[in-house]
Amino acid sequence: MSLRIEDRERRRAWALLAPAVLWTAVFFLLPFAIMAAMSLWQKTDDGIERTWSLVNYMTLFGNPTYIEALFNSLEITLIVTLLSILLAYPLAWIIAEEVPERYRRLALVLAVVPFWTSYIVRSYAWSLVLAKQGVLNTALEGIGLPTLDISNSRAAIVLGFTHFFTMLLTLTIYASLTQLPPNLRRAAADLGAGPWATFRHVILPLTAPGIAVGAFLSFALCIGDYVTPQILGGGNDLALPQLIMLQLGRRADLPMVAALSIVLMAVVTLAYLVVARFMKVAR
Amino acid sequence: MTRFAISAAYMAVLYAFIFLPVAVLVLFSFQDGRFPIPPFQGFTLKWHLEVLSDEELMVALRNSLLVAFGSSALALALGFLAARGLATSELPLARTIRAALTAPLSVSYLVIGLGLLASLNLAGVGLSLWTVAIGHVVINAPLCFAICTAAIGPAQQQAERAARDLGAGEWAVMRFVTAPMIMPALVAAFLLSVTFSWDEFIIAFLLSRFDVTLPVEIWSLLRSGLNPKTNAVGSLVFLISALAFLAFELSARRR
Repeated sequence: MSLRIEDRERRRAWALLAPAVLWTAVFFLLPFAIMAAMSLWQKTDDGIERTWSLVNYMTLFGNPTYIEALFNSLEITLIVTLLSILLAYPLAWIIAEEVPERYRRLALVLAVVPFWTSYIVRSYAWSLVLAKQGVLNTALEGIGLPTLDISNSRAAIVLGFTHFFTMLLTLTIYASLTQLPPNLRRAAADLGAGPWATFRHVILPLTAPGIAVGAFLSFALCIGDYVTPQILGGGNDLALPQLIMLQLGRRADLPMVAALSIVLMAVVTLAYLVVARFMKVAR
Repeated sequence: MTRFAISAAYMAVLYAFIFLPVAVLVLFSFQDGRFPIPPFQGFTLKWHLEVLSDEELMVALRNSLLVAFGSSALALALGFLAARGLATSELPLARTIRAALTAPLSVSYLVIGLGLLASLNLAGVGLSLWTVAIGHVVINAPLCFAICTAAIGPAQQQAERAARDLGAGEWAVMRFVTAPMIMPALVAAFLLSVTFSWDEFIIAFLLSRFDVTLPVEIWSLLRSGLNPKTNAVGSLVFLISALAFLAFELSARRR
């Protein structure tokens, strides 16, 4: 009798799961498989030829333009992730530890309000700030400093990205800071640890998961973004997503686009494997 | 005291950094002149009015709202049902299913969009607002699933069992027991999906053709260079997103 009830529960569970599982299979897993297959086909003058070969990947890794784009992306992404952690950690710390409790939520919400500007508009807004006669240079001139000509450059891309990911990392680091048990710090102090030693050996390891989660999110979102480098970079040295969109728009070379996408995913997966071991609290 | 001063100064600098682009964007949307750069030449609503009377932008705005609300409703339905399915019984493949359902969260929107584009291309399906909505359900259903899963606990399951013992059918259980019990989570998931879809660019760009959403329309506006009108439409989008976020905050606070 109990078996029958269990059977019925199972059947019901499957019925509830079916729509979401089907949707994921048809519109996510299948497209992914198709893309993987397509990356092994070739574009010809009259369409796509379905013969299996690694020719796209060989072109990709043999061509300096592609390799350069990959390294441009990696370099920008690593600098941005590191900078954002360095900027966000103190801010999260101050909000979690030094802002009076009544204002904490407000301080946190304020720190992420611009998150909700459209991200195209956000990049555009940075191009306004950094323009030759923009707000930044007008202000610098006003106080008698030399102006900065960094619009349409890699520095502009890094700045635009860092702005966004500082907000994101402030959230994830704040979340892990508020989960610290307060008596751990007291215990460290009782055992004779100074503030630096407490931070280095107690707080930092315990907040490592928050940093790791935020850093991985930043890495994945940053390396896959087309908009920010396109708006702020001025088309100088291309990032990987820009190259993908070029292949798509100018050459309509779907097999090559697929191969580049697979490489992009592989890089993100690799980053995940590197960071994953920091995502759990070390004991 | 000095430590307090350092903290306060650091906060001030970072808040300035965080707010600088938004402030510049909004301020120069009121610029009485042709360029949204200093000096500020006086206050006008000309650009905002121009945005509101721009037919293409308004159509794109309507499209964006349609796609955002439609795709979020479907994403929430899929996510909610799946979360209940996994919560009610112990299935043999539960872990695999959970991993598959949340997998889209860890893949770049660009790659998701390209995969769908390649598949639609192969299947000979034309691009439209429908295909954009399909893409947005793909990215938002996992989010709704995760939020609903987190909200369904032992309390809900006991109440559901009690309702069933009292003779309630499956639909009644869902409608009168589970959904009301986790209503704040449902609202939060829906609003979050709406803001994500509303703001999403790359999938909408790849999967649309003639009817476009607002971010795609703004993208083509950007080609005309720096322009107070772009500032005005950007400020408008920010206002709408900020309101949605505020609604989300309030719904989260009631929890």
